[in-house]
Amino acid sequence: MTQPLLAIEDLTVGFHTPHGSVLANKHLTLTVAAGETLGIVGESGSGKSVLCRAILRLLPSPPAEITAKSLAFAGRDLLKLKPAEMRKIRGQDIAMVFQNPMTSLNPVWPIGDQVSEGLRIHRGLGRAAARQVAIDILKRVGIPSAALRVDDYPYQWSGGMMQRAVIAMAMTGQPKLLLADEPTTALDVTIQDQILSLLMELQRETGMAIILVSHDMSVVSETCDRVAVMYAGSIVELGVAADILSAPLHPYTWSLLRSIPHLDAPTGRLATIGGQPPDLARLEPGCPFAPRCPVASAECRALPIALKTLPGDRATACHFPERVAQLDQRAAS
Amino acid sequence: MQIFRYIVARCLHAVPVLLGVTIVVFLSIHLVPGDPIRIMMHGRIADSEVAKIYHDLGMDRPILLQYVVFLKNALVGDLGMSLIQKAPVAVLVVEKLWPTLMLLAFSTALSILIAVPLSLLAAFRRNTWLDTAIRLGSIFGFAMPSYWIGLLLMLFFGLLLGWLPISGLGDTPLDQLRHLFMPSLTIAFFLAPILLQSLRSAMLDVLTSEHIEVARAKGLSEWRILIKHVLRNAMIPVITVLAVNISWLLSGAVVVEYVFGLPGLGSLLVRSVGYRDYPLIQGLAFVFGVLVVIVNLLADLSYMLIDRRVLRS
Repeated sequence: MTQPLLAIEDLTVGFHTPHGSVLANKHLTLTVAAGETLGIVGESGSGKSVLCRAILRLLPSPPAEITAKSLAFAGRDLLKLKPAEMRKIRGQDIAMVFQNPMTSLNPVWPIGDQVSEGLRIHRGLGRAAARQVAIDILKRVGIPSAALRVDDYPYQWSGGMMQRAVIAMAMTGQPKLLLADEPTTALDVTIQDQILSLLMELQRETGMAIILVSHDMSVVSETCDRVAVMYAGSIVELGVAADILSAPLHPYTWSLLRSIPHLDAPTGRLATIGGQPPDLARLEPGCPFAPRCPVASAECRALPIALKTLPGDRATACHFPERVAQLDQRAAS
Repeated sequence: MQIFRYIVARCLHAVPVLLGVTIVVFLSIHLVPGDPIRIMMHGRIADSEVAKIYHDLGMDRPILLQYVVFLKNALVGDLGMSLIQKAPVAVLVVEKLWPTLMLLAFSTALSILIAVPLSLLAAFRRNTWLDTAIRLGSIFGFAMPSYWIGLLLMLFFGLLLGWLPISGLGDTPLDQLRHLFMPSLTIAFFLAPILLQSLRSAMLDVLTSEHIEVARAKGLSEWRILIKHVLRNAMIPVITVLAVNISWLLSGAVVVEYVFGLPGLGSLLVRSVGYRDYPLIQGLAFVFGVLVVIVNLLADLSYMLIDRRVLRS
């Protein structure tokens, strides 16, 4: 097997707070192959965004503390790099697109200037050359008459256009890995679709890998090769997207999928997951999902849980994955 | 085009404010308790003479008419005659305007030169001993009264080291700068801490914005982020602080001008108040008012250079 592009082994991210230490990511192990799309889904607060920021080492320390057996990108352990070496990776080898395009751009500088800034810093491009690159790449992400609009300020653009600009900014370094942290959440539905298509197109052209963070199962099902489901800072299920979506092996994944409303289904109350996500500062010893799980038993609350590998390149953090099938039967009857 | 419209709009906004200034200045002499003429003459004057002076000065006419005459005269630069110096107020004021404007410009420039690097350093090393030292030092400078700092500077640079002249205003421009250095530094002791503190907190505020994280994800260094993506955004609130304080300094510089014997508007104001030279006081108040309006107009125009969003409205 060839070496994966990104290999995370036993990554834990803790935050020191006045109320004690909170683990936002717990013992995460996952890999991303070159050119593949990994979806990360989960509720708010499940640690998806923290994971992206930990990979790029964007979390301020203190309060954050990152530990891992290894956080290897193209064979280099990112956690062992000096700050200056890490800066050379950011925006070049690994780029990131953020959730809210309206606040992702600095309001007092022209857009083109911000798009090409990385090139001026990392590759020493001159002002005129950088401006031309900005025009080309803005054209590529679908900004009409980019040559005229390159000197516009962010307030003159719509949210969808700004997200295109942010994507253009991320693409200037021709990254091998793009971290997309809910890139469509702040946009309306028609624009969401355009932005996702754009990302997929760019991926086909450049062969970059994408980690797509989302809480939207339909987004993930359309775009991702593999999926990691996160809950309370841990990966609870990992596998090929089609497998997970058709036959989940964790009650949490099952509940998430069930809560997607279907157009042809009879209208009524939408399916929900009862209860609240757990307080990360006060976790019980057992499975963190047990209090909300429809098939939990006494062992679930008592026995510590870890991600276990199953046949068919799958993994789940459930003591009794076979019970998920019962859920389907119960729902059908 | 938008820029042109913004400039015109800002200038037009200044007009009603200027009118307000004239009304307040005009009324001030009518609000002085007692009879200004009698006070001026220390009461040693006959009633008939008082009435004659009133008539000569046009002060027995309806108040609205008096205001219109005042406004008409003010528009052509006629602010009346000084009672003591027997010269046109406008001439006296213009004579002393230059040193005061130079002092303000010099001290503002000095304050910016001191405050910007120090606040950058404080923001870069936020919550470390260096940050604390810079902030404590600035409070120390701010807390000392101007006349005290002025005297200390005179003693040290002027008398002990003999580097700088301790009073007066030189003749050649270079000599004037030498004379203005210590008074400007005295004012900077007051102004720079205000700028430093507000710039630092504005920068820390900008540092929490999401676009800063985006800039970090681009691989920019912390210094570049501070200078390119934080400083400019942080200037926006600080310009307001600067404009308010320069306006305040116009009259606040009185003490400094007096201590350093600078022939500026401040010294003129102190003297004219001492002599109860009402037309001169009125003229000075008018000029101060106009200068404040101009400073604020300049602040409005500089927003445009920093943040294009102001053009939207």
